[in-house]
Amino acid sequence: MAADPIKIGVAGPFTGGSSSMGVSMRDGVRLAIAEINKAGGVMGRQLMAVERDDEARNELGVQIAQELINKEKVVATLGYINTGVALASQRFYQEAEIPVLNNVATGTVITQQFAKERANYVFRNAAPDSIQAPMIVDEAITKRGFKKPAILADSTNYGQLGRDDLEKALAAKGVKAVATEKFNIGDTDMTAQLLRAKEAGADVILTYGIGPELAQIANGQAKLGWKVPLVGSWTLSMATFIDTAGANGSGAMMPQTFVQLPSTPKRAAFIKAYQEATKIDRMPSPVSAAQGYDSVYLLAAAIKQAGGTEGRKIKDALEDLKEKVEGVVTTYDHPFSKTDHEAITANIPVFGEVKDGRVAPARADDLQGDKALRTKPRA
Amino acid sequence: MQIFFQLVVSGIAVGMIYGVIAFGYQLTFATSKTLNFGQGEALMLGSLVGLTATYLVGYWAMLPIVLAFGMLQGAVVERLGVRQAIKMKSESGWIMATIALGIIFKNLAENIWGRDDLKFPSPLPEEALDVMGVRVQPMEIAIVFGALGLMLAVEVFNRRSIFGKAVVATANDRDAAGLMGINTGAVITFSYALSSMTAAFAGVLIAPITLTGPRLGAVLGLKAFAVAIIGGLNSGFGVIVGGLIIGILEKFTGYYLSTGYSEVPGLILLLLVLSFKPSGLFGKKTIKKV
Repeated sequence: MAADPIKIGVAGPFTGGSSSMGVSMRDGVRLAIAEINKAGGVMGRQLMAVERDDEARNELGVQIAQELINKEKVVATLGYINTGVALASQRFYQEAEIPVLNNVATGTVITQQFAKERANYVFRNAAPDSIQAPMIVDEAITKRGFKKPAILADSTNYGQLGRDDLEKALAAKGVKAVATEKFNIGDTDMTAQLLRAKEAGADVILTYGIGPELAQIANGQAKLGWKVPLVGSWTLSMATFIDTAGANGSGAMMPQTFVQLPSTPKRAAFIKAYQEATKIDRMPSPVSAAQGYDSVYLLAAAIKQAGGTEGRKIKDALEDLKEKVEGVVTTYDHPFSKTDHEAITANIPVFGEVKDGRVAPARADDLQGDKALRTKPRA
Repeated sequence: MQIFFQLVVSGIAVGMIYGVIAFGYQLTFATSKTLNFGQGEALMLGSLVGLTATYLVGYWAMLPIVLAFGMLQGAVVERLGVRQAIKMKSESGWIMATIALGIIFKNLAENIWGRDDLKFPSPLPEEALDVMGVRVQPMEIAIVFGALGLMLAVEVFNRRSIFGKAVVATANDRDAAGLMGINTGAVITFSYALSSMTAAFAGVLIAPITLTGPRLGAVLGLKAFAVAIIGGLNSGFGVIVGGLIIGILEKFTGYYLSTGYSEVPGLILLLLVLSFKPSGLFGKKTIKKV
């Protein structure tokens, strides 16, 4: 008789405005689970995903957390696209001593929420805003030599925390934004924001928002006939931005932990398997798919090392992971420690650029030769 | 000066969107003293039906389909949500009922079209025109004239046609109109149909520059409600001016003050109007006899 499967929670928005990220993440997770199961599972047991759609709603995220913990008895949960949902849901896992591996949400505070407690059950394998903002500033100011940045950020937590990170990163370089503008979710006309930036003499726009409104910025620029480059957080890679902005969004740049490019054999195999499984040529969100895929392998390695499914043991194993996990984003060699729950460091993401309706590396040689595989430096 | 006019032009385009939705509030309020709080959802449904119809029959053939759909949808709202409340002389039943129907329509749309924002094909070139340094998209011009044209058509219909006269008579005095043999119930149903029709038309008009999706209705419906209050719920002219005031005010505040506060002056104006001229800037004072 076969042993019971190991249940893993998967939570994210599979419908709604951020669904392109949620669905890609889920498909990446499914792919990895299928591969592991085909190879015999973990400790002879099959992995089983319990998928739940949080619709990017905090209160639904909380309900799902309780269901996954108490009813489904998952050994760990992978997921979260939205920082707010993650922050609202994680405390239930923290109390139940069940690990959460955030594979997409980027809010800096996510892994800090319980950092002061005796044990912290929250981990992440996505690029936090605290490294994205300095990357954006470094790209715009140092690498491309712009002098007068304008910041356009939405009024949500995501946008305003990101704006804060951007301002700090600019200050570190002794630069001050010539204009800092705000817009709301659902805003359809960016004339006032763009005119203010233009009149202040901005030569580059730094963005922190999500797809549809970012597209309105690009379209508004075209309307005003004022074309300065867009450099912003990774959400500039969202399908809703690329498709809605069309040619106006071409050239927008953003940090990416993964681009749909077969730069290593492992990545080539992953992209091919993803396309075959989903019958989609262009991944809706390559970053989410890749991080979702990797999160399963990290968790599987931890369960194997723990020799069981007890939450505390899995957490201890994650904090001292002995096996080198070969993922598609990077190769994880001791990705976490007791005090460091971030697997992605600033050297790992590269800059992506929107070209012909897809995200390509802004500089092709970033992902060539021995630079293709970027790993976290050993502590 | 160029910037000033750029802001005015963008403000007019946005304001006209608010105005045409608010015009729909005004239509039903005139005949029945009730409002469809699902007006934003009528707009959203119109644009989504229009999107599907555009793929099936093309842009221009889609317009009559959307207008017919809007009329049907408005009639359904009146039959299910408002008629009973009017019959019972309920003061608030129609509020809850139209809000509830709005939520149902939104959920319906989410199930049919999904919850993502969708791009709506533009019938006009998306390249902006340059008029003496002021940049304007052809679709923005189309919104202004489309909205004005539709409101004008409805007004002419109400003043010139025999059906329209029944509408005006009902608006003036429902009991007297009833005694003259006008089927006031049917007139109210008709006014709801007209109201949702304008909303549905507004939906396809604005979708090429706003995107469409089940979320489209909520924000716009609420803003238009504020516009209707400011302009005056019984003045068709008032809601247009109200829309323009709010639209331009938002752009001015955003540019000259701060983009973080762009919506505040409009709301302050709403409070001022409610305090000093509750019937709206252009509204006629109504004396309620109990």
